[in-house]
Amino acid sequence: MALPATLMFVGFGVIPLLGVLVLSFTRWDGIGQIYPAGFDSWGAVLTDPGLPHALWVTFLVMFLSWIAQTPLSILIGTFLAGRQRYREVLAVLYFIPLLLSATAIAITFKALLDPNFGLGAGMHLPFLAQDWLGRPNLAMGVIIFVVSWQFIPFHSLIYQGGVRQIPVTMYEAALIDGAGRFRQFFSITLPQLKYTIITSSTLMIVGSLTFFDLIFVLTAGGPGDATRVLALDMYKRGFQANLMGPASGIAVILVLVGLALALLLRRLGGSSTDSQMDGA
Amino acid sequence: MDLNPTTRRSFLGLVLGGASAATLAACGGAAPTQTGAGGASAPPAGGTGTATYWFLTGQPQQGIREATVKRFNAANADSAIKYTEFQNDAYKTKIKTAIGAGQGPTIIWGWGGGGLAEYVKNNEVEDLTSFFAENAALKSKLFASSFGAATVDGKVYAMPAETVAPIVLYYNKKVFDKVGVQPPQSWGDIMALVPKFNDAGIAPFSLGGQSRWTNMMWLEFLLDRIGGSEVFQAVFEGKADAWSDPAVLDMLTKVQDLVKANGFIKGFASITADSNADQALLYTGKAAMMVHGAWTYGSMKADGGDFVSGGNLGYMNFPPVEGGKGDPSNTVGNPGQYLAISSKASDVDKATAKKFFSTAVLDDTEVKSWVDAGSVPVVQGSNSNFGSGKDADFLNFVYDVSSKAKTFAQSWDQALSPTQAETLLDNIAKLFQLSVSPQQWVDNMNKVIGK
Repeated sequence: MALPATLMFVGFGVIPLLGVLVLSFTRWDGIGQIYPAGFDSWGAVLTDPGLPHALWVTFLVMFLSWIAQTPLSILIGTFLAGRQRYREVLAVLYFIPLLLSATAIAITFKALLDPNFGLGAGMHLPFLAQDWLGRPNLAMGVIIFVVSWQFIPFHSLIYQGGVRQIPVTMYEAALIDGAGRFRQFFSITLPQLKYTIITSSTLMIVGSLTFFDLIFVLTAGGPGDATRVLALDMYKRGFQANLMGPASGIAVILVLVGLALALLLRRLGGSSTDSQMDGA
Repeated sequence: MDLNPTTRRSFLGLVLGGASAATLAACGGAAPTQTGAGGASAPPAGGTGTATYWFLTGQPQQGIREATVKRFNAANADSAIKYTEFQNDAYKTKIKTAIGAGQGPTIIWGWGGGGLAEYVKNNEVEDLTSFFAENAALKSKLFASSFGAATVDGKVYAMPAETVAPIVLYYNKKVFDKVGVQPPQSWGDIMALVPKFNDAGIAPFSLGGQSRWTNMMWLEFLLDRIGGSEVFQAVFEGKADAWSDPAVLDMLTKVQDLVKANGFIKGFASITADSNADQALLYTGKAAMMVHGAWTYGSMKADGGDFVSGGNLGYMNFPPVEGGKGDPSNTVGNPGQYLAISSKASDVDKATAKKFFSTAVLDDTEVKSWVDAGSVPVVQGSNSNFGSGKDADFLNFVYDVSSKAKTFAQSWDQALSPTQAETLLDNIAKLFQLSVSPQQWVDNMNKVIGK
């Protein structure tokens, strides 16, 4: 059973990863020969002021998108967990953004937000005709908004499943004890969702490390380098500046950051694997 | 405690995530927008192989390129060429990656200069010097100035093709009449026009700033007008600290002055040139002027309603800067587009490509199509085709600017190596964003000279 998975993993995970590690100690323009270069690429990457900036932007995107998505996803997920017919209908509608490709979403939002020909200009709403993608803070806000718009449906789905797994008996007991809706939500739903929150947060946080297509199309890392996350920095160095060595160095950093974060999240979740279910 | 399996699984999941982050760049390239067999008949069973040809989308150029291939295929049923089309910015990445991976096309469409030199360095393209020696008529048919960017170390590695495209200062005559001002004759005039247009609620200049090379055109002209063509030539030749020339600081300061004076359309940093939104700003009268390539004339004519046909489009060479050393006849831009042949292609395909070069590219039909589309082909005497049609004025203007320029400099990002070009474009974007000072800009650029 484990063999195909292992083969896939070695073929598509480990080997490319080792390749990237090797490349980070070389000089290669992506076309010609590969020359060993020792720590040259690492020296270039680690002394470049672009790296701390890209790290900062990456963490900012990670944090802001987590803060924006988590509460909304929990609320929508809890709402959708109800079995009323209208909620099922809404659940289908909420799910639509997830079906679209990130590139298509980015192109659409880019067109809508165009300060001269977009929604604001077209509908004569001056407050919508901001320079959305041309000012550093606004551009960051737009990225967080679009990311949330795209991924909240997915995380709501996870929370919906989580909420549905909470035994009804717990709510019935709480009802008898006189707990209202808010009390039930904060004392039963939220604590019972602990592991769901960790799962969803891990997906959000590690996923946000690889945001690329959306940002590439929306802002191309701009204005200036205000939204140049690590993944984009890697791409620009590797495929636009033809510096595969330093680009591979950044890729390795990206992997390390991802690993560290996931381990950290595991720890935050506690090492106990006790069931949270009643009576277990 | 059954922690371990889960940990390992999440660990593995993460490594996989990281690996996909590392490989994701590989998927970041372009999907071809369209593939055409480009012609009626498939190659016969004789097994002559199929030459391939990649080029850019965007009308009217795309249609002309397709038509040339189709004409060639119709005449040479046994050696058809297959073409694939890509968007501009995506193509630049895709072609490099594909050639590096040995998956490139037989005929490589490009801009010559630094990019071509990189292929030459890696033996990826065929030396065409002897081909042009054998086809002297073909060589003498093309603009002599167009061969500069095709030549590396004295050898010719590409055929100049398509059109000569200097950068032009366009203006909207209607808007100038409305505000009651005259086109600028100097840099001082430009700075004086800026507040007048801003007061009238019209942006002085349109700019597709997210594409970055659009901003670069300003630097190219200003530096040439202030310091002459020698300043960038020193950078091109890789002389240490070549950017430290005082003309560079002067030029960078002038650019930032113009940005600070709101010389460019609001939101220019989020406008891309690929969408032609910058041109739309000019022909809809939201912006008064635009510095852009001669190739935009065709699309403004096609998309701008009666803007071009109604005689509302004005154009001129970039004006001089007071006290500047540069020759005002100088221009910058694309001295041509370039077709190279992959050295990895089979001999049959190479022969097909050469036949394509000598019989189809820039034949009389193609020359006429380019002229009809409002462009000047890189063909000697093509001005005899200009006639007296509606586009004749513009065509003669471009022909004169190109042929009379004392220096026709190649666009910087095409002339320099990709590594320098990326740093250049990055710093230019920051310059327009006012997030680097002129001195920081010079320091950043000096670091990558010759790389």
